[in-house]
Amino acid sequence: MASAFTKIMTVRNTAVLLASLGAGTVATGYMLSDNAALSATDRTKLYPPSSDFPDLRKHNNCMASALTPALYAKLRDKVTPSNWTLDQCIQTGVDNPGHPFIKTVGMVAGDEESYEVFAEVFNPIIKDRHNGYDPITMKHPTDLDASKLTSGMFDENYVLSSRVRTGRSIRGLSLPPACTRAERREVERVVVTALSGLKGDLAGHYYGLGDMTEAEQQRLIDDHFLFDKPVSPLLTCAGMARDWPDARGIWHNNEKTFLIWINEEDHTRVISMEKGGNMKRVFERFCRGLKQVESLIQERGWEFMWNEHLGYILTCPSNLGTGLRAGVHVKLPKLSQDARFNKILENLRLQKRGTGGVDTAAVGDTFDISNLDRLGKSEVELVQVVVDGVNYLIDCEKRLEKGQDIKVPSPISQFKK
Amino acid sequence: MPFSNTHNLMKMNFSAEQEYPDLSQHNNHMAKVLTPEMYANLRDKQTPSGFTLDDVIQTGVDNPGHPFIMTVGCVAGDEETYDVFKELLDPVIEDRHGGYKPTDKHKTDLNPENLQGGDDLDPNYVLSSRVRTGRSIRGFCLPPHCSRGERRGIENLSIDALSSLDGDLKGKYYALRNMTDDEQQQLIDDHFLFDKPVSPLLLASGMGRDWPDARGIWHNDSKTFLVWVNEEDHLRVISMQKGGNMREVFTRFCEGLTKIESLFKDKGHEFMWNEHLGYVLTCPSNLGTGLRGGVHVKLPNVSKHEKFGEILKRLRLQKRGTGGVDTAAVGGVFDISNADRLGFSEVELVQMVVDGVKLLVDMEKRLENGESIDDLMPDQK
Repeated sequence: MASAFTKIMTVRNTAVLLASLGAGTVATGYMLSDNAALSATDRTKLYPPSSDFPDLRKHNNCMASALTPALYAKLRDKVTPSNWTLDQCIQTGVDNPGHPFIKTVGMVAGDEESYEVFAEVFNPIIKDRHNGYDPITMKHPTDLDASKLTSGMFDENYVLSSRVRTGRSIRGLSLPPACTRAERREVERVVVTALSGLKGDLAGHYYGLGDMTEAEQQRLIDDHFLFDKPVSPLLTCAGMARDWPDARGIWHNNEKTFLIWINEEDHTRVISMEKGGNMKRVFERFCRGLKQVESLIQERGWEFMWNEHLGYILTCPSNLGTGLRAGVHVKLPKLSQDARFNKILENLRLQKRGTGGVDTAAVGDTFDISNLDRLGKSEVELVQVVVDGVNYLIDCEKRLEKGQDIKVPSPISQFKK
Repeated sequence: MPFSNTHNLMKMNFSAEQEYPDLSQHNNHMAKVLTPEMYANLRDKQTPSGFTLDDVIQTGVDNPGHPFIMTVGCVAGDEETYDVFKELLDPVIEDRHGGYKPTDKHKTDLNPENLQGGDDLDPNYVLSSRVRTGRSIRGFCLPPHCSRGERRGIENLSIDALSSLDGDLKGKYYALRNMTDDEQQQLIDDHFLFDKPVSPLLLASGMGRDWPDARGIWHNDSKTFLVWVNEEDHLRVISMQKGGNMREVFTRFCEGLTKIESLFKDKGHEFMWNEHLGYVLTCPSNLGTGLRGGVHVKLPNVSKHEKFGEILKRLRLQKRGTGGVDTAAVGGVFDISNADRLGFSEVELVQMVVDGVKLLVDMEKRLENGESIDDLMPDQK
């Protein structure tokens, strides 16, 4: 392979090669000049997909499992309507082989159409990541009616805080890996304008990252609201940190219970949170806020990216569907020492994290417990899973406190078929 | 995102004003030069291989400045970048390279016979000597923009050419991707191994993509001649040894480079070079000779002298820590090298290093003896 390949590399032979590929007299005439530069289209002919196929032998992410040389050959030269390519989608997965224990996704979308144009790679990844959900045959339910939530009030001796987050993308504008500066600024403008229309307990204020004062910055850090330039290579290799901090910012309501990040990993991340165990109120505010923001942008002719198979469209395939992570910070000193803890979580479709978020370990006995799933179940269903699951965990903790035994619950079902 | 012009067309849906980057906090060469008008003129252009203005400047937008040095803030994706975007790059080059004009010609001189002296720097002070440069292979895109296929092509060509070197230059190639643990440790111990760039200056330009695919290190058996493949440039060529015999280092450097160039030519490839910019490399700061010739030298007394900075400036030298460009000096040992790259030939630059370091060592000895160095103060070169 190497020597045949090296022969192809000789520039003077390019004309011969292009002629043999049937490139036509115009192209070959152009190439006969010794020092002529290759055009982008000539390059794609000179370097067949097999020469460009990434070396994924040491990789362990969803993209590496899904991307075959045949698929790559088929899709390498395709572009979305805004000219985004497969190579740009997979760059983060090529650059970050993964971890033997954690399977990262390894692919991002540059725009809404990425999920369509590159469906043959995205769909197996979605299936892999979302427990067998098949975007071709299945439909995702969206339900933001908070009144349906039951038992959403936790024992505050155990639950320290409650939070629900999701993301939303503005249809028609490219996603963070791909967006131009003007598009990103447009996202900021559209969202900030809409947010300025919120009233009552949702009324608030926007702080652009680039022009906040030192005092504002310190306060936002103290409130645990401030996000900083991504350092994770999973994100930076996808191009999301370009032009930082241009058009990035944080909006929050005066009561500090409803918060929106603009242009971090997604166009928007929407967060409802408060101290204590009133998940019902957190979720109610979440739904109300989201619906109001949606109607405010619709008044101006914008909408969120959504379709009936993938639900809400976000940058990372792992966040499709609801994009929802509902969670609590909860004290579980005895249960967390029990050998059955992880199995209980698994069966309840819950995930544990440290209180610093996704890449941290737990401190003391306080855990961040949230839903594992994002796609295939509605928002109401997922928050109910968290409510029922956390109530179960607290019950176990109380039993262990009294010296009673606990049971591992049977696994709850994945999707309604 | 680099390595695809296709997305550039998106930007044309928005006005130049809407797309113009916010450079208000910035202090790099690109930010000094890129006006909104220039951005408007250049933003719809691209090189034949599809490198765009935004690709050129992304690293400078993402990195407003550096504590020790005035960074360049732009990179080339291919040889034609320097032509298509000359409206931006000519003033950057002029600013960075001491007033080098768009009409100036650069002299290349790789004849080590033209160097005077250089074999007698005092090894009690000069711990090691090194000369490095870069070379790009014409017809291939540069590290910010190249595809995996191109990068592998460069690697294959380089392995082929280097495997033909013989005599003192005979050596072996170690691909980063499949190095054994032992090989890796040996290369680290020899101070040869380069790792994935961590500097945001490099990463933001796209040079770190697909690491470690098609990256590797070649060195000769005597460990005095070393080539890096596909790091910041297609090739970085390094000649080095302990002690102060810069003449020997430079001679090996020139002979090795000349041999490598002719081996590439045998296979129908040449290095990117023109009579205005000399050797063409990824970063505009490395144009011309791309040469950094330097020593690790003990200067605990001179370095504390109030005129140290001024002396270096007059000698056209630059100081760095012994860890390289982004480090501070440790224990009075400095990395002293030529400050210039373009507008002087290779011989001229190494001569400046040789003469300048000799003077600095003389000054160090004077100060050790408690004597003044006022009479040794050099004129501006």
